Amino acid sequence: MDLNELIEIKEKELNSAKPIKLRCCLAAGCISSGGQSIKENLEHAVKEAGMEDEVEVIGVGCMGLCSEGPLVRVDPDGILYEKVKPEDAKSIVASLKGGSADIKKGDINHPFFTKQVPIVLENSGKVDPEKIETYIASDGYFALQKALNEMKPATVVDEVTKSGLRGRGGAGYPTGLKWGMVAKTQAERKYVVCNADEGDPGAFMDRSVLESDPHRVLEGMAIAGYAVGASQGYVYVRGEYPLAISRLQTAIRQARKYGLLGSGIFETSFDFRVDLRIGAGAFVCGEETALMASIEGRRGAPRPRPPFPAESGLWRSPTLINNVETFANIPVIIRKGAEWFSSIGTARSKGTKVFALAGKVKNTGLIEVPMGTPLRVIVEEMAGGVPDGGKVKAVQTGGPSGGCIPYSKLDTPVDYESLSQIGSIMGSGGMIVMDDTNNMVDVARFFMEFCMDESCGKCIPCRAGTVQIYRILTKIREGHGTEKDIVKLQDLCDMVKTCSLCGLGQSAPNPVLSTLRYYREEYMEFIKRNVSLNGKSHHSK
Amino acid sequence: MTSSTAMAESSKTQTTAPKAGVAGDNRYKILESTMKRHQYQPDALIEVLHTAQELYGFLEINMLIHIAKSLKLPLSKVYGVATFYHFFSLAPKGAHTCVICMGTACYVKGAANILSEAERLAGIKAGMTTENGALSLMTARCIGACGIAPAVVLDGKVVGGQTEESIGEYVKGLISNGSE
Repeated sequence: MDLNELIEIKEKELNSAKPIKLRCCLAAGCISSGGQSIKENLEHAVKEAGMEDEVEVIGVGCMGLCSEGPLVRVDPDGILYEKVKPEDAKSIVASLKGGSADIKKGDINHPFFTKQVPIVLENSGKVDPEKIETYIASDGYFALQKALNEMKPATVVDEVTKSGLRGRGGAGYPTGLKWGMVAKTQAERKYVVCNADEGDPGAFMDRSVLESDPHRVLEGMAIAGYAVGASQGYVYVRGEYPLAISRLQTAIRQARKYGLLGSGIFETSFDFRVDLRIGAGAFVCGEETALMASIEGRRGAPRPRPPFPAESGLWRSPTLINNVETFANIPVIIRKGAEWFSSIGTARSKGTKVFALAGKVKNTGLIEVPMGTPLRVIVEEMAGGVPDGGKVKAVQTGGPSGGCIPYSKLDTPVDYESLSQIGSIMGSGGMIVMDDTNNMVDVARFFMEFCMDESCGKCIPCRAGTVQIYRILTKIREGHGTEKDIVKLQDLCDMVKTCSLCGLGQSAPNPVLSTLRYYREEYMEFIKRNVSLNGKSHHSK
Repeated sequence: MTSSTAMAESSKTQTTAPKAGVAGDNRYKILESTMKRHQYQPDALIEVLHTAQELYGFLEINMLIHIAKSLKLPLSKVYGVATFYHFFSLAPKGAHTCVICMGTACYVKGAANILSEAERLAGIKAGMTTENGALSLMTARCIGACGIAPAVVLDGKVVGGQTEESIGEYVKGLISNGSE
């Protein structure tokens, strides 16, 4: 494979395109409500109408608006059909000769779509994730070609550093710095690992990226491999994502066939192989040292850092670990340049962020917005607020490691620093909206139960601390709490936060702390109820 | 918690469990070739456990012994890994499985009520199988189908927008039909 061949594939694919495109969403959400049979029925209807020469039916990845799925988009007309049923296929095809079908239509000029800046999701919902040629036709693998043939590894690292890209897994560590560390560590073997163990409940960005545009992640990993000097990559993907796993397997197979993965890529001396490792349902494996233990076939227990994976990682070799979304940003940074990328976003948080919108809002699904977009724009304009006139009470970001942001802070821009200032974190991108019917003590208890169950048990602060916090929360919730319990709760949270070994324990108290900060009255209500029920003499240990 | 109940159940049902190493069993051959492909490396333990569970439906204790021997690992290590990860089950599952997602998005939309309704009608707690073997009720951390919350997985198929009524009908249907 060389540049000319790549261009040839691109042109062949573009030339074979038919004027009318029917795009059917085949991501996990839409498949669960009949996406596959809609696609088959559409193909059948096109055949019956004898329109095969003008119309093509394409199975694509996530189109974003999951709450209105299954979705079908008609181009170039730009009609978006919502909640499509398999039996609607005939009327959709019939409408292609003029007019439109009598099916619920989405407003593609709604802020949900217009406020988005798709970089990571640029191909999502457009290309066929199971066909590498469609990815190449959208300039796929051109960045890898450019990196290998026109750039030195150090230049690639520099470009990523200059772009200002920061880790999209949640912590926000500068990606270029991480790459630089691995690149300069001398070793015979190095590894590149893609963390696709998206464990935060309420987050599905990585699943969608892998289901919609898997080649993008592979290309990003290969560029990383070249930059840091690694020839083996692993994608550690959740076992709960069977569709993402199968599309990744297909993508790896196709890339290998074209020589875009394997030995001597683009006729250089660069070799890069990618293998999948399937997770087995342990939240802690999202932590990088636990993830590596799991790849090595062991229990996913984290270990203290240093040494950092960049020095001693998988099988004690230097290892670069980045999140799915981080890798998905790489090809476009190389293709369009660091300057272009760093022009998007805020001073310290560059580029865009993909969020999974869920909970009590009208429009749930996947969005990508520039860093610095106010939460209010996302929740009220794009997501359309709470259905049936309800009121937004809180926005939860960062899953069990994050916090609840109250309505009064809704003007906060989404960037790493602003969110941590108000007691939450950017996290991997889960954003769950809660309304007046959600009790915040319950929410805190829900997350603590999660952390208690998922604690690996290696260090005592996390193993025992999460259990004790959970018990106090239960006590308060059941009306047996006293004001002393609030003090105890606060102390315990501080202890678990400062003394735990890894990120799971260090961040587990966040949902409790942030609800204590903003919704203390809800805790006090349960306590007051206790006092009034039991009299002032009630002392509880 | 789930692993201890699983252990207790597995000792009860061991007699009906498939035996590892039965000559001529195709599943056994597939398992062997998986281990061979990984050159019997201890590193491949999780992959091998995945394959074994896929083939046999669950991980019988004899199976763990067999894998430990093949990969030259102490049984304690194999058992440790098999019980650490939620995905691995040491007890056989019912004819049908119902996994209720307890992720945040499903939670705020009432997954807890859906679960308690299913538990009430099936007469079992999450993580258990009905006595007639018709239904295993489980919970998941998050299946990533947050856009269509609350979601459940019925026999491997994700269905969204669930209510107490819809899950109730499903469970009642299974209970009255027996194990088929």
